[in-house]
Amino acid sequence: MAIATTATSATTAATAATATFSIWRGDAQTGQLVDYTTAVGEGMVVLDAVHNIQAEEAPDLACRWNCKAGKCGSCSAEINGVPRLLCMTRLDTLPLDKPVTIEPLKAFPLLKDLITNVNWNYEVKKRIKKFNPRPPDATDGTWRMQQKDVDRVQEFRKCIECFLCQDVCHVLREHHLHDEFIGPRYLVYAASLEMNPLDTEDRLKDLKDNHGIGFCNITKCCTTVCPEDIKITDNAIIPLKERVVDEFYDPLTKLVRLFRPRKK
Amino acid sequence: MTLTQITMKQRGFGQTMRQGAWWSKSLVVLLVLSAFVVYSTWAAFQGVHYRFGPYLSPFYSPEILGDATYSWFGAKPSWLPAWLPFTPALLILWAPGGFRFTCYYYRGAYYKAFWGDPPACAVGEPRKSYRGEHSFPLIMQNIHRFFLYVALLFLIFLAHDAWKALWFTDAAGATSFGIGVGTLVLTMNVILLGSYTLSCHSLRHLVGGRIDQLSAAPVCQKAHQCASSMNRRHGLFAWLSLFWVAFSDIYVRLCSMGIWTDWRII
Repeated sequence: MAIATTATSATTAATAATATFSIWRGDAQTGQLVDYTTAVGEGMVVLDAVHNIQAEEAPDLACRWNCKAGKCGSCSAEINGVPRLLCMTRLDTLPLDKPVTIEPLKAFPLLKDLITNVNWNYEVKKRIKKFNPRPPDATDGTWRMQQKDVDRVQEFRKCIECFLCQDVCHVLREHHLHDEFIGPRYLVYAASLEMNPLDTEDRLKDLKDNHGIGFCNITKCCTTVCPEDIKITDNAIIPLKERVVDEFYDPLTKLVRLFRPRKK
Repeated sequence: MTLTQITMKQRGFGQTMRQGAWWSKSLVVLLVLSAFVVYSTWAAFQGVHYRFGPYLSPFYSPEILGDATYSWFGAKPSWLPAWLPFTPALLILWAPGGFRFTCYYYRGAYYKAFWGDPPACAVGEPRKSYRGEHSFPLIMQNIHRFFLYVALLFLIFLAHDAWKALWFTDAAGATSFGIGVGTLVLTMNVILLGSYTLSCHSLRHLVGGRIDQLSAAPVCQKAHQCASSMNRRHGLFAWLSLFWVAFSDIYVRLCSMGIWTDWRII
C-alpha cells in the first residue's frame, strides 16, 4: 500500500500514515475541491476517511451514507473520476501518494458537497409498466415457477439502486438526455419484468419509443462500475435490444409469429 | 409527467478526473482495428497469392468467381467492365465485414475508439449532440442478426476449406492425406471464427434468449446455456479471430509468394 507517511514527532520513531483527500465542497451554484489530510490505516475504505474528515475538520461536509456494507447504495460518488461506492472502495486500492479526489455524481443535480438529487430516477421508474402477472396457476392464488426460469431475472434483483450506472452512462452524464432515455438502471428493471415468465405486459414499444433504448451504444461503462457485478449490458440491455429487433426490425420473425403467437 | 429538471453543463473533450492512462485501451483498439481494415482492404484488392496448394485464404473463401479452375462459377464474367476492380474477395468480404461492424462487442469498442462516444468511461466527449442508435444511420445496426445468418453459412465454407487443407496433390497428380502448418492455421481459423460467431449476442437471443419460460423448451434452454457460456468470452473471441483470420491470409500469401515454406507435419 502506497501511503504517504508523515513523522509526527522527531523524538519518537512512531509514524502516522496520512493521506490527502480533495473533496468537492459547494452547491449547484458554486464550489471547489478542498484538500483535507487525515490519518489512514489498514482496512479503511474511503467512507472511513470522509467520516474522519467530518469528525476532525469539516463537520458540515454533506455526505449521504447508510449501511457501510455496499447494500444500501447511498454513498455513491466519484473517486478519482470513477463512479464508485465510498464504502466499498478500499484505500489500499488507490494511489495515496497524491490527493484522492472525491466528487459528487455528475449525472444528477448537485444539492450540497457530495449529495445529489436523484429523484429523477424514481420518477422514471413510475413510467415503466408495472408487473402484470398471468392468472394464478393454483386455486389458492399462487403461481408455479421453475428455478431455471427464475435464475435469469434473479441477477437483476441484486441491484441496490446506487445509480452508479446512471452516472457513468454518457447519454445521461454528458448529453443529459434525461427526458428521452431511462438509463441502464431502468433498462435492467425493465428487463427483470420483461423476462419474467409470469409477466404478461409488453414494454417493447415503450422501450423503443419512450425509454430510448436506442440511445445505448453498448460501451459497457455501466457494467464496469456496477458494485453488484450485474452484467447490465450483456444480460439486460442487449437482450432487450434484440427483443425490440424481433418486434420492429425483423420481418422474418414477424413472419414466424404470424403462425405462432408471441405471448399468452 | 414532469421530470426533475436536469440542467448541467457538458464537459469538454477528454475532460475527466480519472487518473492513469484511461486513453490507452481506446488507442489500442483504434490502432488494431485500423491496421486490420487497411491490411484486409489491401489484401482484398490484390487478387493474387490467395491460394497455395490445398490452402485458400479465408479472405477469398468462398471463391464464387475468379480462378476458372477452382471457383464455383468460373472466371470473372467478360461483360464486367475492365475498369471495375474485381477480385474474388471483393464479392464476399462485405459479409464478415458487416458481421463485425454490427457486432455488439465491436460497436461498443469502436464507438469509443473512433467516435469518442465516449473516449473512455466518465471522460468528456468531442461533440455536443448525440442520437446513438436511436435514429438513422446507426439504427441500421439492428441488421446484425442478418449478417449472423450469413456468417453461420461462411463457417461451413471455412470448415470445408480446413478439410480440403488435409488433402495434398503431388507432382504426379495423386492426392493423399496430410497435415501441414497451413492445415493447422486454417483449422485454427475456423475454430476461432466459429467461437466468435457462436458466442454472438444475437445468436444467444435467437436460440433461447427470446423465451421467458425456458423450462418449457429444454432444447432452447440448453442452447441458450451454451451460447451464454460462450458469450461471456465474446470479446476475447472477437480479437483472437480477427488476428487469426489476418494471419491466415498472411500465411497463405507468403507461402504462395515463396517467402515462407509450408512445413509438412504428416
